[in-house]
Amino acid sequence: MSEEERRGTPVASAAAGSPLEPVSTVSAPADEGRLPSAGGTLDTSARAIRRENLRQLVRSKAFITGAILLLWWIVCAVLGTVFSPYNPVHGSLTAFNAAPSGAHWFGTDSLGRDVFSRVITGARDILIIAPLATLLGTVIGTCIGLVQGYFRGVTDNVIGRVVEAVLALPVVIVAFLFVVALGPSAPTLIIVIGVVFGLLIARTVRTAVLQERELDYIAVARLRDESNSHIMFVEILPNVLGPILVEFTVRLGYAIFTVATLSFLGFGIQPPTPDWGGDVASSYQYLAAGYWWETLFPALAIASLVVAINLIADSTEAVVIQ
Amino acid sequence: MAQYLLKRLGLALLTLVLLSLIIFVAGSVLPGNPGRAILGPFASQHAVQALNQRLGLNRPIISQYWSWVTGLFRGDLGTSYQFRAPVSSFLVPALERSLKLAAVAFVIVVPVSIIAGVIAALKRGRAIDRTISVTGLSLSTVPEFVSGIVLIVVFAIGLKVLPVTANPPAGTSPPAQLRYLILPAIPLVFILFGYIARMTRAGTLEALDSDYVRTATLKGLSYPVVIRRHVLRNSLLPTITVVATQTGYLIGGLVVVETLFNYPGLGRLIFTAANNKDFPMLEAGVLVIGVVYLAATLIADILYTVLNPRIRLQRAE
Repeated sequence: MSEEERRGTPVASAAAGSPLEPVSTVSAPADEGRLPSAGGTLDTSARAIRRENLRQLVRSKAFITGAILLLWWIVCAVLGTVFSPYNPVHGSLTAFNAAPSGAHWFGTDSLGRDVFSRVITGARDILIIAPLATLLGTVIGTCIGLVQGYFRGVTDNVIGRVVEAVLALPVVIVAFLFVVALGPSAPTLIIVIGVVFGLLIARTVRTAVLQERELDYIAVARLRDESNSHIMFVEILPNVLGPILVEFTVRLGYAIFTVATLSFLGFGIQPPTPDWGGDVASSYQYLAAGYWWETLFPALAIASLVVAINLIADSTEAVVIQ
Repeated sequence: MAQYLLKRLGLALLTLVLLSLIIFVAGSVLPGNPGRAILGPFASQHAVQALNQRLGLNRPIISQYWSWVTGLFRGDLGTSYQFRAPVSSFLVPALERSLKLAAVAFVIVVPVSIIAGVIAALKRGRAIDRTISVTGLSLSTVPEFVSGIVLIVVFAIGLKVLPVTANPPAGTSPPAQLRYLILPAIPLVFILFGYIARMTRAGTLEALDSDYVRTATLKGLSYPVVIRRHVLRNSLLPTITVVATQTGYLIGGLVVVETLFNYPGLGRLIFTAANNKDFPMLEAGVLVIGVVYLAATLIADILYTVLNPRIRLQRAE
């Protein structure tokens, strides 16, 4: 169960919830192999715990499946232009809307471009924009959440209201509105998605910080007259890294969801750059004519990437939060 | 209870004011020069200035915001740039159509996901529990247009059992019209299924682990009676609020589905407005989504309070 669900009354957790909440499921791997590595004494040093966590992750089938899929797409993103069989941007003038064949595994689109080459090279932009946006969101969210949870009171209330107002809209809609207003470009996408995700992540970080700040070591740090920023970033932050890591992996999946959706709506990655969401948008009107391959293969590419990241996120959550 | 509800209402109103401010900033301040955005890069500077003047964009931002907000209270949502007509005359019929599609999605998703969630909880840790969780997780993370494409390819083009478009030919009877909405509704169902099932499962597990259920079992009640009278009654209560709060999301998810299926609802209206730089229409459409979400959350709160005897009877004590 995620932090959101655990805290507060059902009303509060339900109101806070949306489909874009951290997803958690019953993951079995967490229960397996909990025995300490070495016989006899229990080694509880941070490094040993980290090693044990990693071992559990590697043992989970979901994690391995997700990691292999993700690795494949990363290879495509980096080397796609090298090993794609055709030029993804310039099409053949004779073979347009050609069905999948030995020469064109995934067929060609309405401009005669090889769909397989476009799917391979289409991994690049989304795999640059989504992780950067998520990283930015995690940094923003961590800062806001630390300030909110540590200072509480008026600061917390004011920021909380603004966060609530933004989140009264589905994330895709907020991002859409701002990207339309600012004009689509990679930096705009990263900043807009990063800020919106930052607000979401701030909620989780805030909850974690609220629990942490009541502990004795914070009181000791205050007595030692440490500065607020030192307490927040040096004392508290290392202890809430677990939930933050989980947030990052979960949000990464939704960042890909959001970038792909914005591209589909025409306000994400711009043509003629190969991009899955954009390719679906430019070819789905040919579905009724029977040219299904132009749309189906980029769509499946998005699905595989999103599912891969969620498998990783889910197994990470099961291991980190216990 | 009244005090609690009043507080919720106050907070919702405050959120609404902030929301309108955010939308206004996005739609009216960030585009910089709407006249240029509408007329394109090749229009003369003179024409751009004239248009900005006509649209009232030369006034200070505060006064623009004020006339926008006071207009909203009078039911004036602004004038569409692209149609030169009141936004509301497009928004209302579009919202109606969207609600119809959303209703179809809800009618499918609510029973299916609640049943799945209860089954998952009752069979905790078994294969079926794992299957429901993993299916829900995977479905809810795939963008609507991706699942929509797969559905179209399989059911409309491959099997030819459902129509490709969401728009029935003129003169179709209402029950037959419903058939056209099934395929567009399913991607929305996919997104919501995992979440509602997960919350139902969590609520049911909590009830199953409670003392009152143990007492009921120990005093010899049969399993079905315990489940029906003690578990479900308690576990489905939070689920009601979960379902209600999904309304706002659903209306938002419609942008993608309606674009994909070419269905003339609120989502498609927002999409078209964005493409035509019709900022008044875009702002109004997004605001409506926010209002629907806030209203749904408020109704969920009220429902929960009214249905939960622990809160409802508090004043009697």
